[in-house]
Amino acid sequence: MTPEQRTHTDKQYDEELASLRQLVLDMGALVKEQIAQAVAALERGDVETADLVINRDYEVNGYDVKIDEGTVALIARRQPVASDLRLLMSMVKAVADFERIGDKAKKIGKMTLLFSQHVANPFNAGLLRDVSTMGKLALEMLEGALDALAHLDVAGAVTIARRDRELDAEYQTALRRLITYMMEDPRMIGPAIDILFVVKALERVGDHAKNIAEYVIYLVKGKDVRHVSLEHLAQEIGTNNTSSTKHSP
Amino acid sequence: MDETLNKLYFRSLVDSEREEAPTPEAHDLRKLKAEAKGLSFYYGEVAALKAVNLPVAEHQVTALIGPSGCGKSTFLRAVNRMHDLYPGSRYEGGIRFYPDDIDLLDKDVDPIEVRMRIGMVFQKPNPFPKSVFDNVAYGLRVRGERNRRLLVEKVEQALRDAALWAEVKDRLDDMALNLSGGQQQRLCIARALATEPELLLFDEPTSALDPIATASIEDLIQGLKARVTILIVTHNMQQAARVSDYTAFMYLGELVEFAPTKTLFTNPSDRRTENYLTGRFG
Repeated sequence: MTPEQRTHTDKQYDEELASLRQLVLDMGALVKEQIAQAVAALERGDVETADLVINRDYEVNGYDVKIDEGTVALIARRQPVASDLRLLMSMVKAVADFERIGDKAKKIGKMTLLFSQHVANPFNAGLLRDVSTMGKLALEMLEGALDALAHLDVAGAVTIARRDRELDAEYQTALRRLITYMMEDPRMIGPAIDILFVVKALERVGDHAKNIAEYVIYLVKGKDVRHVSLEHLAQEIGTNNTSSTKHSP
Repeated sequence: MDETLNKLYFRSLVDSEREEAPTPEAHDLRKLKAEAKGLSFYYGEVAALKAVNLPVAEHQVTALIGPSGCGKSTFLRAVNRMHDLYPGSRYEGGIRFYPDDIDLLDKDVDPIEVRMRIGMVFQKPNPFPKSVFDNVAYGLRVRGERNRRLLVEKVEQALRDAALWAEVKDRLDDMALNLSGGQQQRLCIARALATEPELLLFDEPTSALDPIATASIEDLIQGLKARVTILIVTHNMQQAARVSDYTAFMYLGELVEFAPTKTLFTNPSDRRTENYLTGRFG
């Protein structure tokens, strides 16, 4: 909501929207934490933390259910329109992406358990090399998307959408490297496949972060920019629009 | 910046559908039934309408919304010259009426003639204290129609068009005031339809009705637009969202924003429209 935008005449409505929005941001913070923990656990070979991540996925799903219920109730009671309607739409869609990100964290946790069962060999560090770069990048994107959502920051959202390209490139690199390992030594196939699932999961986290960034643009601008060529979006909005898009929540 | 996004958005539509995508402004607005041009209206010294420009697309429903006192009813009344009844009021600008392209407010245009072509339905059902049949036949008789068979035919047709025929066909001689509120309102619509108007004005047509009667009137409005152009004033924003193709938001006598209803209710461009629609007013 923009600074010049007033509060609703019915204050209760403001509170309902605000509390729903807070739930969504909390859920986002939780899945970000889940991904961070999952990646760290894999890198350290920390099975306990991986277990913790897997078991915590129910919390993420709890948010999913709770926010959906709140949204349905709000639509039924308030019939939101204009920016209120766009806010709710963006929230519902962001929640779906958060939930999927949560699943990815769980997936990485499971792969960590499998990976740790392989006999330790000197090549494992090599296999993990891309996990750390991709993990860092995916987390940065997720954090950026969350910030953009919290501050309704269109310029920030565009930056996130653009970074998805970097992550995709990293994924291709990782894929090539893993294939090389597997060709050189068939014993590497098992662990390499585990890691393959992990880098794929991280690549998907980036896609979800990009989706969330697109909802922010829809929310603020009322324009659906999904399926628009990234170059045009990034170039024209990113460069021409560094100021005046930041709104206080 | 918004233009850029617009371009990108439509480019994406074109890419996905591989054909020229229509812009929201491009559809039926090309064919207008009426059009207010720089219309101002004064009750004495008080300006109730300030240079309003409003197109009314043919065979579409156009809704006027806005808070009390914004001028929406004043606008509606100007269209069928109801202000002529009050001394001390004056107009500036005009309302073009198509296809003849006459100015409805022109002193040479006969208000009686105007009202034959432009019907009006009011907030409270106001049937005459006559029979159901005589209510609907009233306008036709005023026009000089005396042929009984033709009257019977036209009355039946009007009642059918107003979705009232099944309920009153056996009680055409009953007093209209014995009908329920919702039936009375549909009777008023039938009465307005009997003279086969080109434009139908609705002034808060359901604010005195219960939700079921309201739904039946809204359904009726949708069915009628194939034959008659509709301009409706409503306090109920959700009603405007449900029944109209275009919506105009008025505030303090000005037309603040006019857009396809879908656009206005999802992405209004004026801050005042946004505040009104979302309940952030005053």
